[in-house]
Amino acid sequence: MKTIISGDQIKSDFINRVSEISGENFFNCYQCGNCSAGCPSVDEMDLLPSQVVRYLQLGLAEEVKNCKSMWVCAACTMCHARCPKGVDISKIMEALRVLRLREVNAQPRVDLTDFSQDYLERAPQIAIISGCRKFLPL
Amino acid sequence: MAEIAELKSVNEQGEVVTCACAMGDLSDFESVPVDRRVLVIGGGITGITAAIDLGNAGYKVVMVERLPSVGGRMLQLSETFPTLDCAQCTLTPRTVESGQHPNVTLKTSCEVEGLEGEPGNFKFLIRQKPTYVDWNKCTGCGTCVEKCPSKGFALFERDAGRMPAIYTLSPQAVPNKPQIDPDRCRFLTRGKCGVCSKVCPVGAIDYEQQESFFTIEAGAVIVATGFDIYDWKKLMPEYGGGRIPDVIDGLTMERYLSASGPTAGKMVRPSDGKTPKEVVFIQCVASRNPEFHKSYCSRLCCMYTAKHARLYKHKVHDGQAYIFYIDIRSTGKGYEQFIQQSVSEEGIVYIRGRAAKLYQKDDKVMVQGADTLTGKKIEIAADLVVLAAAIVPNEGSEKLARILGIECNKDGFFVEENYKFAPVMSGRQGVYLAGCCQGAKDIADSAAQGSAAASRVQVFLSSYRNRMNREAV
Amino acid sequence: MRYSYFPGCTLYTKAKKLDDAGRECSLKLGFELDELPDWTCCGATFPLVNDQHMLMSGPTRILADTKDRGDDKLVALCSVCYNVLKRTNHVMLNDEERRAKITDFIERDYHGEVEVLHYLQVLRDEIGFDALKEKVVKPLEGLKVACYYGCLLLRPVKEIGLDRMENPTIFEDFIRALGAEPVDFPFKIECCGAFQTVNSMATATRCSREILSNAVQNGADLVITTCPLCQFNLDDRQPEILKEDPAFTTIPVFYFTQLLAVALGLDSGNLGFERNFINPLELLQEKGLV
Ligand code: SF4
Ligand code: SF4
Repeated sequence: MKTIISGDQIKSDFINRVSEISGENFFNCYQCGNCSAGCPSVDEMDLLPSQVVRYLQLGLAEEVKNCKSMWVCAACTMCHARCPKGVDISKIMEALRVLRLREVNAQPRVDLTDFSQDYLERAPQIAIISGCRKFLPL
Repeated sequence: MAEIAELKSVNEQGEVVTCACAMGDLSDFESVPVDRRVLVIGGGITGITAAIDLGNAGYKVVMVERLPSVGGRMLQLSETFPTLDCAQCTLTPRTVESGQHPNVTLKTSCEVEGLEGEPGNFKFLIRQKPTYVDWNKCTGCGTCVEKCPSKGFALFERDAGRMPAIYTLSPQAVPNKPQIDPDRCRFLTRGKCGVCSKVCPVGAIDYEQQESFFTIEAGAVIVATGFDIYDWKKLMPEYGGGRIPDVIDGLTMERYLSASGPTAGKMVRPSDGKTPKEVVFIQCVASRNPEFHKSYCSRLCCMYTAKHARLYKHKVHDGQAYIFYIDIRSTGKGYEQFIQQSVSEEGIVYIRGRAAKLYQKDDKVMVQGADTLTGKKIEIAADLVVLAAAIVPNEGSEKLARILGIECNKDGFFVEENYKFAPVMSGRQGVYLAGCCQGAKDIADSAAQGSAAASRVQVFLSSYRNRMNREAV
Repeated sequence: MRYSYFPGCTLYTKAKKLDDAGRECSLKLGFELDELPDWTCCGATFPLVNDQHMLMSGPTRILADTKDRGDDKLVALCSVCYNVLKRTNHVMLNDEERRAKITDFIERDYHGEVEVLHYLQVLRDEIGFDALKEKVVKPLEGLKVACYYGCLLLRPVKEIGLDRMENPTIFEDFIRALGAEPVDFPFKIECCGAFQTVNSMATATRCSREILSNAVQNGADLVITTCPLCQFNLDDRQPEILKEDPAFTTIPVFYFTQLLAVALGLDSGNLGFERNFINPLELLQEKGLV
């Protein structure tokens, strides 16, 4: 299936918004893949971190909005720590997450009732709190 | 008192141009002879090319080289792209010519320490490092080199092998006389041994030799001090920081592949001497990395990495080579064809992406990379990893720039007057640049700049018809 | 020496052993951790987008409280709290616009005056590892330790600046001061999966497995960490890893302060080793250290 790209798409509101709140210029990225090579969550991702940036460069908003990668990103910042161009993908992933979670009908991405009492007793607060902050509608 | 005045005139195109001219009492200026001798700093292929050109044009040239023989980086190379000529076979006629040329004098184991005078009449202070061998007596028989019991790490062989403490850089070295490395010599470090002195049939070994200084007068100088490899061992812990023995750089790979290298061209790996079966090459190591390392492209790595992988395959037929690349830059004549052939006919797998991390696991080097074309994170258990690390100016460039009164950019490369139209002219009259000291370039471009600099020197020295005016002192 | 101390929520409950041992050891080493009164949660996440100021109000208040009680240094033990406080302070120091927004909102006057220190940093820079070595009564001889840093203690380097990102050594230097032997551990800065443990548990399991296997392969007897979330993932994921791979070698994971307590001759029984899934007590007994 062919994908049509256009200047309007590349400059669309959503794409601009991601750039604005992440503070990142996607066009700094030259697609070397170093970020993806060191990302711990790639196994669970549908788009590599570098591909997320590439989709944003091409203005493919729908694909990016619906990708799984942002939800399995662990915000470990390894991508940024090694990017030769200083692109901070952890910020881009966060921008994508919050824009989704701020949508009117946003659904929670985790259901705390899924966790057994036993698990909740073992898990440290920081796991639950940061989990809630990353995955519940804002 | 004479003054420099600006005169406006109209040129043939009708444009107003400004020229400077001395006005007034010209007795303030004296006419002095221009020294038509030339100094070349650096005896690599660039300096050699410049020296031979100038020599052939009738100029007297002195070439100073910091190592004991001329030839430069090419001495370390195996075969050269894109023709896969033996580097030594193409280099030796040139080193020999520079050594035998009636107009060229070689000063090896020497470094420039100071400069006086002005363009047209420079006076260089040269430091002659001790070689601990009296070259007037030495016949170059090589007995000492054979018998020296102290083999150790030598920068020239990189990680590929060891060298005796008394050595020449190659069997065809010019001059073909040995020198002692004072750091490795048992006699000089511990006062014990003295084997070379005992075996030398002409008594040329002189442990007492001291450094000395002399001056060279010349009207112009060509700087051709070449390059080094980025210190990835110190600066790139993500690639093991030098602690993983089977991670080497391209120059070490050259020593392994070279027929005159320490393994006589046998492809083995440093840790256990086994033949590596899975070899990973990584391009753009520290290059094109403005955030942490060097922002520029090192220009050679795409080509020499393809060459390394091919030469490796020629030696280890059942081996597998992988090349991590971001882009392929193959703009020289015949280069793209060389790359295409490497990709399609040599069984090398090109992986588009970078490797983020290397680590040791049992006897393998694990490579964590990505292939951006399939969108996969890749892991390879390699026997050997070869890093195409960035080209940087040779050590001491900044000091030399201060001595010569020329400029370095932030990466330490000498700054040319005009990149397009005067690439071999430094900002200072009489001082010319050529080769990798001005920016990364391959052999063909380096040699071209060597000739270009020689030509510029001739323009400079001949434009004064032997005399020039200078302000009277 | 006296420092303001921010323990954080987890150290009051699930990671009590990190806190208990940390406080007990500080007394032994001659510095006082003076707990901040009425502290609140740090928020456990630093906002990575620049229009989410609310998340910084909590940590800013904590920092302002420290300043208002007259202290210029605040010590944290938990990597998460340390990271959130340190990064927030970086914003307070360097981003005038965001600082104004946040301090206006919480009605406090704060300009990044407080220096946020990690406990390890106090040991290295204020006590000194050589002085620490002198205080060791039970050198941990023969103990091979994998020092696990994880992410938040180090990154982003430009804001945290505790040590370099690749191959940091502060933890290893600490371990050497205790008389133990740090092992080569290439996975020491890899992520454990962090908060994905509540969402994509497979990520946390896989990441933990890779990290632990790497520690085991390099001959470690145990893994130490500064972070309750890392400790949880690395310890708690082990039964799951064992299910996936029965050949997996389990390995105890505990806090650096616990090991410090053992070396300083403090009663490890009180320090709650038994609460770990893989109980380190056996290992320590085997090595004759308790
Ligand atoms: S490491 Fe940086 S430049 Fe390379 S692909 Fe990732 S974001 Fe782009
Ligand atoms: S911050 Fe997210 S995208 Fe970046 S390396 Fe970590 S998990 Fe991957």
